[in-house]
Amino acid sequence: MNTRFAARLLYTMLASGTLLLAGAVRADTSTQDAIAEYREMFGDDNPAELWQARGEALWHEARGPQKANLEACDLGLGPGVIAGAYAQLPRWFADTGQVQDLETRLVTCVTSLQGIPRDDFLKVKFGDGEKKSELEALTAYVVAASRGKPLTLPLKHPAEQAAFDLGKAVFRYRAGPHDFACATCHGEPGKRIRLQELPQLNTALGAREAYTHWPAYRISQGELRSMEWRLQDCFRQQRLPQLKFGSEVAIGLTMYLAKTAEGGVLAAPGIKR
Amino acid sequence: MSDPMRIRAVANGDKVEVKILMSHVMETGQRKDADGAVVPAHYIVKVVGTCNGREVLSADWGPSVSKNPYLSFRFKGGAKGDKVKITWTDTAGEQRSDEVSVG
Repeated sequence: MNTRFAARLLYTMLASGTLLLAGAVRADTSTQDAIAEYREMFGDDNPAELWQARGEALWHEARGPQKANLEACDLGLGPGVIAGAYAQLPRWFADTGQVQDLETRLVTCVTSLQGIPRDDFLKVKFGDGEKKSELEALTAYVVAASRGKPLTLPLKHPAEQAAFDLGKAVFRYRAGPHDFACATCHGEPGKRIRLQELPQLNTALGAREAYTHWPAYRISQGELRSMEWRLQDCFRQQRLPQLKFGSEVAIGLTMYLAKTAEGGVLAAPGIKR
Repeated sequence: MSDPMRIRAVANGDKVEVKILMSHVMETGQRKDADGAVVPAHYIVKVVGTCNGREVLSADWGPSVSKNPYLSFRFKGGAKGDKVKITWTDTAGEQRSDEVSVG
C-alpha cells in the first residue's frame, strides 16, 4: 500500500466514522452496565407492579353485561388457577379448539364469562398514558403468578406442534422491503440494534434470557409491554405488514420462542430500558 | 380516577425505609401529539409523607420527574405499626393519598 493511498484511506475512515467503532463498542458495554445498574436499583420495585395491582382488581371485579368476575377463567390448569399458568402457555384449549397464548385466552374469558364484546375489550390493546389497557393489566397479574416457575411446553397436542412449526418457519422467513426475517437480527450471536444487544432467539440460552423477562415494563415508554406488543413492534421494525393480534403467526412465534426457552425460569414482568 | 400507589415501609433500627411507586403520566407540557398539538402539562407538584400525622417528607416536584415515578426515603423516629401516609397533588389539582402500616 503506498503512503498516499494509506493517508487517503485513513482520512476516509475518519470522515466516515469507521474508526470511531472502537469507541462505540465501549459505549455499548457502559450502556449495558448502566441499564443493568438501573434494573438493580429498582430491584423489587418494578413499576409493572402498578399494572399487576390493577389487573388483580380487574380479575375479582364483577363486570360486563353478565356482572361476573374472572375467577372461573380457565388458563389451562383448571378454572381460577393462575399460579404457574403462564409457564405452560401457549397451549391448546378444547373449548375453543385453538392454540391460545395468554392474551387471547384472557380475551376468551372476558367475552365468555363477562359477556364484554371482543372489540370493546380490545379497543385499547396496548396502553398509552391515560389510555390504559385492561388486557395488559390482567396479563401482568397472571404472568406475575408464574414467577420462579420453569417454562414447560410438552407440545402433546398436534395443534401445539403445528403452531411451533409455523413459528419456527416464520422466524426464518425473509420478507418485506428490507428482506428481513426475525433471524436476520436474532439468529446469530453478538448482534445489536443501536446500543442494545440482541438475544439469539434460536438458542435455548438466548430465548430464555429474553422470553423469561417478557412482558416487561419499558422504562423509555413508561408502559408495561406484553408479548403481543413485542412481536408486533418487531414486525414494524422489519417493515412487515402489521401483525394481527392473536393471529396464528403471533401465537406460532410465541410458541416457538417459549418452546425454545423451555426450562427457563420465569422472572416476568421484567424491566427493560 | 388515579390508580393506587404501591407503598412499602419497613422499620430498620430507629429508621423507617419507605419505597413508593406512583401511577402518573407526568406529562411535561413540552410534547406534541401526532397532530402537532401540544399535550397539556400534567404532573405531580407536591409530595407529602406523614407518619402518624407527623410530616416526615415534603417535596416540590416538577416536569422532569419520570412517568410512574419511584421514590424512596428514610426517616428517623418511626416504629413497627406506625401509619405512613403519602399524598401527591398534581397540576390538575387532583390529589391522591395512600396509607400503609410500617412492617
